[in-house]
Amino acid sequence: MTEIEFLSWVRGPGFQIAVIIFIAGVIIRFAEILLLGRKANLAEAKGSEMSSGLRTIVTRSIPDKSTFQRSTFTIVAGYVFHLGLFVTIFLFAPHILMFKDVIGFGWPSLPTPVVDAIAVVTIIALLTVLVHRMRSTVLRFLTNTEDYLVWMVTILPLITGYIAFHRIGMTAPTLLAIHILSVEILLVVFPFTKLMHGFTVVLSRWYGGAISGYKGVES
Amino acid sequence: MSASLEKGINALKQQVDSSVAAFFSSCVHCGMCAEACLFYTETGDPAKTPIHKTEPLRRIWKSEYTLLGRLGKIFGLNKKVDEKLLTDWETIVYDSCTMCGRCSMVCPVGNDIALMIRKTREGMAAAGHAPEGLIGATKRAVTIGSPMGVKLPALMAQIGHVEKDTGMKIPVDVVGAEYMLLLSSMEIMNFPEFIEATAKIFDKAGVSWTISSEAFEATNSGIQIGVSDIAAELVQRIVDAAEKLKVKTVISPECGHAYTAIRWEGPNLVGKAFNFKVRHILEVLDEFRKDGRLKISGKEEQRLTYHDPCQIARRGGVIDQPRNLINLFSDNFVEMPDTGKMNWCCGAGGGVSSNERADEIRLKVFQRKKDQLDEIKPDAIISACSNCRIHLEDGLEAYHMDIPLLSLTETLAEHLAD
Repeated sequence: MTEIEFLSWVRGPGFQIAVIIFIAGVIIRFAEILLLGRKANLAEAKGSEMSSGLRTIVTRSIPDKSTFQRSTFTIVAGYVFHLGLFVTIFLFAPHILMFKDVIGFGWPSLPTPVVDAIAVVTIIALLTVLVHRMRSTVLRFLTNTEDYLVWMVTILPLITGYIAFHRIGMTAPTLLAIHILSVEILLVVFPFTKLMHGFTVVLSRWYGGAISGYKGVES
Repeated sequence: MSASLEKGINALKQQVDSSVAAFFSSCVHCGMCAEACLFYTETGDPAKTPIHKTEPLRRIWKSEYTLLGRLGKIFGLNKKVDEKLLTDWETIVYDSCTMCGRCSMVCPVGNDIALMIRKTREGMAAAGHAPEGLIGATKRAVTIGSPMGVKLPALMAQIGHVEKDTGMKIPVDVVGAEYMLLLSSMEIMNFPEFIEATAKIFDKAGVSWTISSEAFEATNSGIQIGVSDIAAELVQRIVDAAEKLKVKTVISPECGHAYTAIRWEGPNLVGKAFNFKVRHILEVLDEFRKDGRLKISGKEEQRLTYHDPCQIARRGGVIDQPRNLINLFSDNFVEMPDTGKMNWCCGAGGGVSSNERADEIRLKVFQRKKDQLDEIKPDAIISACSNCRIHLEDGLEAYHMDIPLLSLTETLAEHLAD
């Protein structure tokens, strides 16, 4: 396979397969959660489930002071790499062109040097998150193979993207093909691992907020 | 597979609903719940991390209710729930968790981890992996009617003493009373002053109330051990008594889990909405305050703080009421750091105090409460849960701290204007 054939495959059939698995996987995961259902609560309500649930989806992004003091690193590093991922995935001009190609519309981008710098910060944040995971007693205890796998498939597109953009080591088509392939791996793994929290966080925060709010407690 | 293990696994399967599935799907192993749990912060033992306590339930969810898990089950790749796991988890789930729910408030993906642990206990108990102390308390609750073995004659004797001391009549089995007061065995045996205080306040407020001779026990060991059938049976006794006496409101006393049991889990356990209201005593007293039924004289000058019982505040929504009431008789009220819905548990709720095996750890984790108290140095602590009160007294003694514990209802009664 030549490098052009490789690039064509990851851009064509490879991409289609990955996207189909991603979308089907996400739908299956949502179905297997929501179809389980939940019993109606017969206790007299003190607050609204719906509004508390919706409020918690937003408010749980901001920790209380004591929690922030106790988990400062986790919260700060978490914010940095999540925002960094958002910027590098959705506000990088070539990515927006790709989205426009696939879904038919685009949106404004950030200047490329800015995204480039944020990519570096995000890679560093993810590296420190890994070091923290291996050094913290609690995190080392909780961590399983899936946690490392997920970390790997998250950082790979960032690194391959960075290398492809700066054309380090190999020819441009090969670098781009490797980058796209790493994203496809991420897409395939996403629905079946804890990466799925990117979607289910809306459900879990809603349920947590609803359960609390029903009892009159803002959570 | 043994019959009891199978029962345990079936019980766990029944506990999985869409909320549990969403919670497990969202957990990213960030470890923040550990920092919210006094059993971790005061021991440094990572096995006390709240989400880790739910492992038996997680394995069942994964292998029964996810696509990958079901595939894994076919090929025998899944981690199983077996006797060894449940044996290992018994101390984690029962001795090192009070189901205080502080973890549920900090989880960044919003997981109600305390609820997941409550559900895990259903499987543990069904499989026969619950602590002896809780099994004993539960048996006594079912056969005698009280986890501490308190029978009606003991209550009537205490009522007799109160009537003699105060000259007031304590109403028993009065049909058509507005309120029906429940009591915890702890109050009947250790704090009969609570009955006296309530009688005085209700008398001054001019409301009708009664105690039922058939269902006076508020506590519910079924909730703590995690056996819904028993919890439902205990709730049903109260429902029957309330319907028989045709009361409008049932009052949960100064006890944490009793409120959760009758107010929030009760109707769901018996499978129908109640035709009476359930209120915590603090909610009732705060209503009296709003209606101008409480005439107070004299202020406490000592520096007072309030310990929020987890099941009443964070898990029950009764947070402002105690503060409104304390302000009636105190000008010198001070909040602990981390208070209200973020208060730290005393360390002995959720059945921990009935479990002798946990005696050492519950006193060890009291260090958290000590640290909170050291920051504000109160002259006295007010609370509204007999179980918190007994354990706080134990802890203060163990840590050589001389701070009196007061009941909110009793302190309020002392300040009633003549």
